[in-house]
Amino acid sequence: MITLTVNGRTHQSDADPSTPLLYVLRDDLALNGAKFGCGLGQCGACTVMVNGEAIYSCVVPIAVLEGRAITTVEGLGTADNPGALQRAFIDEQAAQCGYCIPGMMMRAHALLQKNPTPSDEQIRAALQPNLCRCGTHMRILRAVRRAAQTLTSATATNPKEGVR
Amino acid sequence: MWRRILFVVLIMTVLGAAGFVAWAWEPALALNPPPDRSSFDRELVQRGAELAAIGNCGVCHTTAGGKPFAGGRPLPTPFGTIHATNITPDPKAGIGQWSEAAFERAMREGVDRAGRHLYPAFPYDHFTRLTDEDVKALYAFMMTRDPVRVTAPANDLAFPLNIRLSVAAWKLLFFHKGRRQLEAGHDATWTRGAYLADAVAHCGACHTPRNALGAQKRGQDFAGGSSEGWHAPALNAQSPAPVPWTADSLFTYLRSGSAPLHGTAAGPMAPVVHNLGGVPEDDVRPIAVFIASVAGPPSPERQRMADELIQRLSNPETVGLAADGQPGAAIFAGACATCHSETRLRGAAGAINLALSTAVNAPDPLNAIRIVLDGIGPAQDRRGPLMPGFSGALTDGQIAQLTGYVRAQFSTQPAWRDLETTIRRIREGKDQS
Amino acid sequence: MNVPPRIHLSRRTLLAGGGALVVSFSLRAAMAQDAQSTGPEPRQAPLPGSLKGSPMLDSWIRIAADGSITVFTGKAELGQGIRTALVQIAAEQLRVAPAAIALVAADTAQTPNEGYTAGSHSMQDSGTAILHAAAQARDILIGIAAGRLSVPVERLKADGGAVHADDGRRLAYGELVAGNVLNVRAQPQSKLREASAHTIMGKSMPRVDIPAKVTGGVAFVQDLRPPGMVHARVVRPPSYSARLRDIDVKPVERMSGVLKIVRDGSFLAVIAQREYLAVMAMRALADAATWNENAQALPEEQTIFAHLEGLPAEDSTILNVGQPASGARMVEAAYRRPYQMHGSIGPSCAVAVMENDALTLWTHSQGVYPLRKAVAEMLKMPPERIRCIHVEGSGCYGHNGADDVAADAALIARAFPGRPVRVQWMREDEHAFEPYGPAMIARAKAALDRDGTIVDWQYQVWSNTHSTRPGAAGNLLPALHLAAPFFHPAPRPLPQPEGGGDRNAIPLYRLPNARVIHHFIPTMPLRVSALRGLGAYMNIFSLESFMDELAAAAGADPVEFRLRHLDDARAREVITTAAQHFGWRSSERLPSHHGRGFAFARYKNLAAYAAIAVELEVEHESGRVRLARAVAATDSGEAVNPDGIRNQIEGGIIQSASWTLYEAVGFDRMRITSRDWGSYPIMRFAGVPERIDVHLIDRPGQPFLGTGEAAQGPAAAAIANAIADATGVRLRDLPFTPERVKRAIGV
Repeated sequence: MITLTVNGRTHQSDADPSTPLLYVLRDDLALNGAKFGCGLGQCGACTVMVNGEAIYSCVVPIAVLEGRAITTVEGLGTADNPGALQRAFIDEQAAQCGYCIPGMMMRAHALLQKNPTPSDEQIRAALQPNLCRCGTHMRILRAVRRAAQTLTSATATNPKEGVR
Repeated sequence: MWRRILFVVLIMTVLGAAGFVAWAWEPALALNPPPDRSSFDRELVQRGAELAAIGNCGVCHTTAGGKPFAGGRPLPTPFGTIHATNITPDPKAGIGQWSEAAFERAMREGVDRAGRHLYPAFPYDHFTRLTDEDVKALYAFMMTRDPVRVTAPANDLAFPLNIRLSVAAWKLLFFHKGRRQLEAGHDATWTRGAYLADAVAHCGACHTPRNALGAQKRGQDFAGGSSEGWHAPALNAQSPAPVPWTADSLFTYLRSGSAPLHGTAAGPMAPVVHNLGGVPEDDVRPIAVFIASVAGPPSPERQRMADELIQRLSNPETVGLAADGQPGAAIFAGACATCHSETRLRGAAGAINLALSTAVNAPDPLNAIRIVLDGIGPAQDRRGPLMPGFSGALTDGQIAQLTGYVRAQFSTQPAWRDLETTIRRIREGKDQS
Repeated sequence: MNVPPRIHLSRRTLLAGGGALVVSFSLRAAMAQDAQSTGPEPRQAPLPGSLKGSPMLDSWIRIAADGSITVFTGKAELGQGIRTALVQIAAEQLRVAPAAIALVAADTAQTPNEGYTAGSHSMQDSGTAILHAAAQARDILIGIAAGRLSVPVERLKADGGAVHADDGRRLAYGELVAGNVLNVRAQPQSKLREASAHTIMGKSMPRVDIPAKVTGGVAFVQDLRPPGMVHARVVRPPSYSARLRDIDVKPVERMSGVLKIVRDGSFLAVIAQREYLAVMAMRALADAATWNENAQALPEEQTIFAHLEGLPAEDSTILNVGQPASGARMVEAAYRRPYQMHGSIGPSCAVAVMENDALTLWTHSQGVYPLRKAVAEMLKMPPERIRCIHVEGSGCYGHNGADDVAADAALIARAFPGRPVRVQWMREDEHAFEPYGPAMIARAKAALDRDGTIVDWQYQVWSNTHSTRPGAAGNLLPALHLAAPFFHPAPRPLPQPEGGGDRNAIPLYRLPNARVIHHFIPTMPLRVSALRGLGAYMNIFSLESFMDELAAAAGADPVEFRLRHLDDARAREVITTAAQHFGWRSSERLPSHHGRGFAFARYKNLAAYAAIAVELEVEHESGRVRLARAVAATDSGEAVNPDGIRNQIEGGIIQSASWTLYEAVGFDRMRITSRDWGSYPIMRFAGVPERIDVHLIDRPGQPFLGTGEAAQGPAAAAIANAIADATGVRLRDLPFTPERVKRAIGV
């Protein structure tokens, strides 16, 4: 049994310890955000955060995740109450098919936690591991920029608020 | 009496020092009006381009995100950080006002136009053996690049190395100008390969161990070295490659970046094979022939083990899920096994079975650790093997477990020691040179 | 999003209940004021859009007694925003809030058969049908209200889901719909709302599907989890020619958690309780399997174009005007495009369940009806016992593995009835087995007179078919591998004016003497089918590159040269708009190694217009092309959702740039070698331009023009033209990788 902490809640997983996190998230915890895109750590559709680092959940076995905080897109907000990043993606209509978007958001989230005011260059470099086949890149960049602005002004007015 | 001896010693020292300084001093060569680009013969420029690719000038003399040949790239050494210079033909920031003679002096003697000694991070101890035609071609190539008005940052070296005269002392001890007689009794291809590998590609600069003063150890050519925190494996009979390299497999590797029974170029070797991919085959094949000869034919025992390994991996039995209880086993199964098949020669994404990997079988775990941390990826969206890095996903302890497991499973060599310490040092940015 | 229940629905069960009166209301009375009611008997005049194939209004619009409105479409959401646009259209015409409408898409049990969601037809076909159906439904309800309230229709108005009289009385839609009031044939004309009065159409309404997609809602077929679902993986052969020779499945069968192994000829699959176990079991089976393979099954990649041109071809002359003429100057060029893949980010997936000899398939196929037909043929089942329900997949960009995995799921579900089976393709299999966009060759030759006007034009294009979509079982991948296999049906060219390999082979320009020949090559060395744009990407790339070559020979500015040969006013307007916003006339010199390029096309010469200008830099030492900016102008007729159009054009430019600069499927004599993102790289963030600006020319009241494929061709040509401008070197062989560019520009 492996204890996983996902979006602040603990779960006991009886999956084989070598099972990549992606399958546990999707199949056992019914979390749809992280997606199977390649299973090879090449496309980033499976990106989630672990202790602040963006990782490819398709090539990280749950064996290494006990005691570490896993965050998925579901942890950023809900459809009724979206978080700042999700709000930014909705406002910019930053999706075509939308399949790559949760991975993009988690990669962006990890960036903004480390660097709340990234330059365009830095955003592009941070998102480089994530593929988008529909060509939504321009909107994704705008959404990340927008979220960064929202969050820094929120922090400015209320220092306790910030990236979740 | 003592005073007299002291006096003589003092005079000798002063004379010696003066003599040394006189010997070490190099004149500045006259500023040259920047030559007209069209004055260079096109074929000469083309040849210069090929030589520059084989010699990897652009790799050191271009910084990440910077313009080609404009310098600025930091090169970590055990003695501090050196920044490659701007070798574009810019008259102020680059070598635009260097005559061909000044260029040749830099390549053969390690002295810049102004007469300053150059740090041997610039491998003039190899370039000194270039032919005259090749120096000419390189000059023609460099002088026809785009000029860039950017000055490299100053070097960051500890005293007394930050005084260039100290380089003269180093040269006195370790530098031999000029051509070296190549061995007789070899065919033209080998001879050409020996020349290109030594004088242009300077393979030995990375693949040869260096002494405490940073000079290549005499008599130990290709016995293995290091570059920018990576281990450059031995290319001689001590090669750790599980399957011995042949001229053919080396050619495939150097030209395409991967070889089916060896793996993919990583770390500082990646840009080297990228450059060689654009160079005529007639230049790469001789290098492959020469390097294969450095190792010589493998011992019968080594060949037998290699054949058995390939045989085993070509005819796998069906296996169930690995029931191995080692902690690293689960990590390997979930993180690596998809691509690095344990049962076949190759898995998904073109990754080799790690039993074939030189990095896994090398005496030093450096390369294996770095590859696990950073992955392997072609630059700028080019075609090539693509492996993710695991530095965000795995702790130091977990990487130690994983690499320990891999070493035990896929190598018959003794276990690596102090893995966790090594991993931590790498992550902290130590051991970069 | 709810998973529809697994029952067999028919229209009868849906409409049962409620009122008894069947009011057969004549729409002619409702439209008595319509002065345009001239011409042939309405029943014989063609109905707009897909109403042609499904003329009953209640195929499209249903209103329940509680007032809830359901709109049906045979088209599928592919990520192009069609769900939202169709809801906007219906809401506008029915005068309800968009949130009041539930849209049911592409379900063989519920929706009209609109064939494939392809060819940028959705707005033109489904949008138009729903536009008219909704308007006519509204007017029926107004007519009924007029009867009930005894007031003439002029005093009635539909708004907010009710019909209002000017004396304050109102009747909600739900009160008006007793019986089969909408079970009437559509009329050829409708009283559409004035475009100037639009409050929903023409607005960039946020897409209805995005919130779920960014918050982890169930949004894709990959997210379905019906109770009792099990996981399956297919062991794909290593190559097209490979057939299973030998395998001992017992060790894998004995693995704990493995439920069943399905083998039928060379079709081999494993079903397991848990997904990761299915993957492990699949790998174990793949390790244990041995295959017979043809070592020379594929031609040489290096000489593929010569090989294709040497294959037998069926030639058709699709344009022949005037007489061959000569001119003062002659220009000739050949262009080539390699096989390119869809490369959907999410490998194809399907869920299927076989219960009581009835099969339900959840699929992201672009055509649920043709898929049903093909699966029925493959399983030797009656089509009525099969229900195909479209659920979104990741962007497919044409015919990818969606139908094949549905067929996989059908076969496996049949072998394991009673439990839903989920089949997920692996990345390597999607890369290797999806049908590619075919390799194509184009040869152009033209003559210019002394004034620099084109006086003769000859264009030839060589191509395989651009559609091997199911309809036939032989177009389903697993059907080829069964012990009693099906075979590829003989491919046929898609006819003009849409075309396949010859799509957009006929330029829109004024050409007094012109011949265009399509060489249709039936033999397919690699598996091919429809990739976004079909032949238009390559043909527009070729002829718009060629236009620049002609402009150069004529000493003319590329934009001015195009205008010189164009009479179509809308075409001229997108060109001048793009050029103006780009600053084409600017006298500012670009920095060294920078170039700019321009291109224009009207997709299929029938759909949206697009003109694109690009500025880029060619890095001299590496040959890498760095896109700086792109400016596009488009005309899609009436823009239902302007932001949706912009999204499609931005995306189309970037996707096309990726094809144009990076992509070619690799193969050796036996197998496809492009198996992952390393061996088939596509554009990442580092390659994306600094900015893309899209200028929409909105034409309210004009027919909708499909836009999803309008940008790809012009973007490619604009890039080629900009590279030529930057380097002086004309590249004609796609893709323009750094190696190719470097080789062309030299040292």
